Amino acid sequence: MSLGKRHVSIGTLRNSFDRRSLVVAGVQGGLGLLLAGRLGYLAVAQNAKYQLESESNRVNLSLIPPRRGWLLDRNGIPLASNRADYRIDIIPDRMSDGAHTITRLGEILQLTAVDLRDLTDKIERSNGFAPVEVASGVDIERYAAVSVRLPELPGVITQRGFSRLYPTGPSVGHLIGHVGTASAEDFGKERNPLLITPGYKIGKDGLEKQFEMTLRGKPGARRVEVTASGRIVRDLDTRDDVPGKPVRLTIDSQLQDYAARRLGPESGSVVVMDCNSGDLLAMSSMPSFDPNSFSDGIGRIEWKMLSDDDHVPLRNKVLRGLYPPGSTVKPMVALAFLEAGLDPEESVGCGGGLRVGNRVFHCWNRGGHGSVNMAKAIYQSCDVYFYYFAQKIGMEKIAAMARRLGLGQEFELPVLGQSYGTVPDPEWKLRKYDREWQTFDTANATIGQGYMLVNPLQQAVMTARIASGKMVMPRLLLNPSAPEASSLDFPQDHLDFVHQAMSDVVNGPGTAGRARLPLEDVKLAGKTGTAQVVGLNVSSGKGGPWKYRDHGHFVCFAPFDKPRYACAVVIEHGGGSSAAYPVARDVMTFLFDPAKALEVLHGYEKVWGGTAQQRLDVKYRAYTAAFGDSAPKVTADEEKKKAREEEETQQETAQPIVEGPRTPPPEPVVPLPPDPATPVSVPPPAPATTPSSAPESGQ
Amino acid sequence: MSPSFIPEPVARQPWHVIAPLVALVLFGCAVLYSAAGGNMQPYATSHLIRFALFLAMALVMARIPQQVYKFMAYPAFGGVLVLLLLVEMLGAIGGGSQRWLSLGFMTLQPSELMKPTIVLVLARFYDTLPAAMTASWRGLLPAGALIGVPVGLVLLQPDLGTSLAIVFGGVVVMFLAGLPLRWFLGAAGAAAIAAPLAFFALLHDYQRNRVTTFLDPESDPLGAGYHITQSKIAIGSGGIFGKGFGNGSQSHLEYLPEAHTDFVFATMAEEWGMIGGLFVLIVFGLILRWGMRVASNGKDRFSRLLAAGMTATIFFYIAVNLMMVMGLAPVVGIPLPFMSHGGSSMMTVMICFGTLLAADRWQTRSTGIG
Repeated sequence: MSLGKRHVSIGTLRNSFDRRSLVVAGVQGGLGLLLAGRLGYLAVAQNAKYQLESESNRVNLSLIPPRRGWLLDRNGIPLASNRADYRIDIIPDRMSDGAHTITRLGEILQLTAVDLRDLTDKIERSNGFAPVEVASGVDIERYAAVSVRLPELPGVITQRGFSRLYPTGPSVGHLIGHVGTASAEDFGKERNPLLITPGYKIGKDGLEKQFEMTLRGKPGARRVEVTASGRIVRDLDTRDDVPGKPVRLTIDSQLQDYAARRLGPESGSVVVMDCNSGDLLAMSSMPSFDPNSFSDGIGRIEWKMLSDDDHVPLRNKVLRGLYPPGSTVKPMVALAFLEAGLDPEESVGCGGGLRVGNRVFHCWNRGGHGSVNMAKAIYQSCDVYFYYFAQKIGMEKIAAMARRLGLGQEFELPVLGQSYGTVPDPEWKLRKYDREWQTFDTANATIGQGYMLVNPLQQAVMTARIASGKMVMPRLLLNPSAPEASSLDFPQDHLDFVHQAMSDVVNGPGTAGRARLPLEDVKLAGKTGTAQVVGLNVSSGKGGPWKYRDHGHFVCFAPFDKPRYACAVVIEHGGGSSAAYPVARDVMTFLFDPAKALEVLHGYEKVWGGTAQQRLDVKYRAYTAAFGDSAPKVTADEEKKKAREEEETQQETAQPIVEGPRTPPPEPVVPLPPDPATPVSVPPPAPATTPSSAPESGQ
Repeated sequence: MSPSFIPEPVARQPWHVIAPLVALVLFGCAVLYSAAGGNMQPYATSHLIRFALFLAMALVMARIPQQVYKFMAYPAFGGVLVLLLLVEMLGAIGGGSQRWLSLGFMTLQPSELMKPTIVLVLARFYDTLPAAMTASWRGLLPAGALIGVPVGLVLLQPDLGTSLAIVFGGVVVMFLAGLPLRWFLGAAGAAAIAAPLAFFALLHDYQRNRVTTFLDPESDPLGAGYHITQSKIAIGSGGIFGKGFGNGSQSHLEYLPEAHTDFVFATMAEEWGMIGGLFVLIVFGLILRWGMRVASNGKDRFSRLLAAGMTATIFFYIAVNLMMVMGLAPVVGIPLPFMSHGGSSMMTVMICFGTLLAADRWQTRSTGIG
């Protein structure tokens, strides 16, 4: 202040310089101390924190996906195993120029336009941080070609790992399910970093999903030193993975495969059970999908193939298919009659129909069976006999027997869901429809029509229980020390009687002479069934549009005198039981003489165009050629919706609830002309001249 | 004092400052050697060669008489200004910003040359300004113009860091020249008001980002805050004794950006720890203390202002760089003198050092010039 402008001189400037340079030096020194302090703070006080951060920069911990446990059949043969595999994944978030990276990968890996489309779809649907599979099972040359170009392909990961292998492909599709990359939803449910490890797959369906935790195992870990750009400098240490535990099933893999292949181009299912232990030896449902190719996600072509197929390849028909069982319930009803004290020799005259209330119920044989006792009613499948005595015995006893033998029951099985159908009785009808039970309801139910709905597994259980007289429960997990099934306490003579009648179906004057086993010493006992899908006013059920044709059923067990295996076959819209029993016959033959059965199968497969797997491959190529990459895109929602639809719409569409008499569909009696390829066009039995089949007056 | 067997011209050099400086440069070479993954190439060798050449240049500069400095002040300033204009014009023709001129054998960054030149020209200006006018507008406006024109040109490039360095050197000379304190306080007040305005109106987005990430580096750990975060990790993980020579994971695994230039201190601190950091700080302290001592021992106003201004310019480099790498300042592209790899900044700092050597020499040799 005192330094006025006029008083400034050399001397005052010199003084001012000295003072001010001290200030400047002070500032410099002060800042030096501040920096030294800061250095000490960072390097000493916060050393631990920064050391940790430096380590987490330097070291990258990557999980090694555990090898998935095998699914084994009863003999230790793998139904699902793992194979060593070179694979390539993309983590979408880490890509800098997605389009370029994908194009480049496409060139190196020689991907087709369809593959690229599917890949783009998958990337769009992914959550960004989880890996998306580009290709697995890549050969070593292409794997190496991608590996050396990794620096120019950010986000791409190459890996040696294991992928799931289903040796029998479509044969086990529904039973085993398949694996797949965890979805964003899966990761949301289980925040496990393993789920987003490249190459890791979880069970998506069937047993793979059911036994996920057993099969999973524990991941290994690899610590590597990485640069900022993610290049691996060196391995630090590795902890091996602990493979998942195997799951041993009761399934016989060869039988499962045989049954699936034997179904051929039909839409149907085969269940084979051990009559004494309840072990499920085969649960085949066709058509199916190839779980091997589902593992990397469902592509557009595959999706179109599945959507276009009216044989619902995504439905596990063994557990999810519900059908009116038709005449296959007759041995069960006969057992109920016997228990109620009906003398098996008591007869009724069949003239082709019976008046029930004010309506006429027809026998499938419009010409009539003449005098019919219980044995003839079973082996000739006479409907009038059952109409007549069912009214006398009452529905309650029949329904109780049906439940006792497993119909309408949900079994304790490690499966994702069962549609268990309906065993109708008066109480049920009142509850469900608020209407009184009518005698015609009884008549319908005793021939397996009307409200009665069962799944093929229940039919197999029913047959096994009739065969053994034991309370066998179906089992999927092999357990040699399981307690033996308790007896159902049927008098042995009742069982013997029904067994004999069922044997006569095949080996005697019955409806399925062609089901006889081509073996000297083993006799098959069975029962045919033909279930109507629509009223006769729509279609005859024999020919015409596929979806209006009758369902064909056949239940059987063998050997007839010492029951060991029970089997149930359903052929959807097969046109009648004649579509079902040849399949059952060959499957049962396979159990006793595989070579003979295979010979028959090979003959069929020549006509059909190869095994199920081969036909699926041919179809895939045809679709690729026809649609290329123009097939519509699959969204995750759609995929789920479709699967649900396939499971749920069934119940409504399969069985139109009919108030009134059902005209039973005809049963083929006479041996049919040999028709190995397509057992569809069955000549109708002698046309009956009875007038109008069902009076339209009632209710 | 010196043993008689050492030749007089050698013994006459200020070894008490040259020796620590050489030690620092050799230490810098070791760090660059490690940063190159244990190779002399590409950093350490060229660093050493450059330093040798520029040290020779500084020793030559030390022998130049004061009259030449005084005489050359305005022409040198004019020359550098022309170069700055030339860069600006070439940039406009080439379409885009350009900071350097290619001389064929090396690239020359005229804005770097402006840092010592502004100190030289202002020292000369206040040297010739009559003492009585120091506190008047005649002591302020011409000096303001001498700073403002080159700073404007550098800002156009745009190069905020260099502009600040030029302003800093100039303002320190003005401060020491004895301009009234209230002007500086007033300017500081005006800057405090103008800074927020400039922040939003004048700065480029990337510059704004640097400031905001400096204030909160964790807000964007993978983007703009990445540099600061990684640098702090490098320094902090080094601890007291460091991870050992050649063992710095942050630099070798490329987490640390610019490990051999702007962030060389972090590279060093990771491997040598706080001990290495303190060594660097002490050497810088010795050099700056010597520079300020040369200034206060100056026999005349010109050499005092010149030496103090040159010291301030070196100080600015050191302070801004170290504050930046330790997370106390935003990321500004300013290298660390004597350690960072790079020719332009080394040249600037060695010109400052050569001038200081000259000022030191004027006092000891020719007393009475004033």
